[in-house]
Amino acid sequence: MTETRPFLRGVAEGLPFILIMVPFGLLFGVLASEAGLPVTQVIAFSVIVIAGAAQFTAVQLMVDQVPAIIVVLSALAVNLRMVMYSASIVPHLGAAPMWQRGLIAYLLVDQTYALAAAAYERERTWSVADRVRYFAGTAAPVFPAWVGGTWAGAALGARVPASWPLDFALPLCFLALVGPLLKSRAHVAAAFVSVVMVLALWWVPWGLGLIFAALAAMAVGAEVERRT
Amino acid sequence: MSAVEIGGAGTWWVIVALGGLTYLTRFVFLGLVGDRPLPDWLLRHLRYTGVAVLPGLVAPLILWPEATGGAPDAARLVAAAVTLTVGAWRRDVILAVVAGAATLGLAGLL
Repeated sequence: MTETRPFLRGVAEGLPFILIMVPFGLLFGVLASEAGLPVTQVIAFSVIVIAGAAQFTAVQLMVDQVPAIIVVLSALAVNLRMVMYSASIVPHLGAAPMWQRGLIAYLLVDQTYALAAAAYERERTWSVADRVRYFAGTAAPVFPAWVGGTWAGAALGARVPASWPLDFALPLCFLALVGPLLKSRAHVAAAFVSVVMVLALWWVPWGLGLIFAALAAMAVGAEVERRT
Repeated sequence: MSAVEIGGAGTWWVIVALGGLTYLTRFVFLGLVGDRPLPDWLLRHLRYTGVAVLPGLVAPLILWPEATGGAPDAARLVAAAVTLTVGAWRRDVILAVVAGAATLGLAGLL
């Protein structure tokens, strides 16, 4: 990667994520329109919520005839990890102007977070403005690909062949983000605890098992770091 | 309490409420803390956010995929192992995705 301008670096590193966001959005669009949502509502979901896993949860629960308040709270629990992303990005972007932080918060999804967190660790000399430019660069391809994929899925509906293993776009995409993050024994220990705890806590309702598992994993990572 | 009318006003209510609350989860620290310094112990924990959340998010999806009714599936397990290994080895997210997707595609043809 020879590009030194942060915005273009962000675009270059976010661009390949089109390969992931389009199938993932396509899957949401197909499932939501099959559930009975009109195209405007399917697209509104992806534009207003921008959180794939939570959107899948919400549509599934609506199909299951669950009351609206429970739909919203359950889907929100899936998104509680965003609180941790928000806290984790503060040391890098906290000094940016409020309007920029407001926009960054809107676009702070798993992919832009993972790209930015990794880039800010590498590029210690970047100014706050450079970091904002990089973030904007990553979002420039990721967000339209997500909305565009959703639109295509809603428009195509059931014409997407059922044999395509589109369901695996989500796990593959998130798993691919994990590999490069395994930089030290502390990171590997945290990832291990995260998996073990989530599987042990599968019975905890409302997606809270993931939150408990993540807190335990962060504590283990921090403790291993402190001892090494 | 009654079910949400799919495609109607109830669905709009869910979309707007979920969108607003999700935005708050993303804004809460970034917007309200700003550039006030966070304590060292907290920063040490926050460095592990990515590896603490993402593996736990995907583990059940990989082990118990909904598409197979929750039964573990050899093709998906192998594709996941390839994705993680390539990502950790080459430190390249996209190469990892392509390797994993190619593995799953090949396994589907076999």
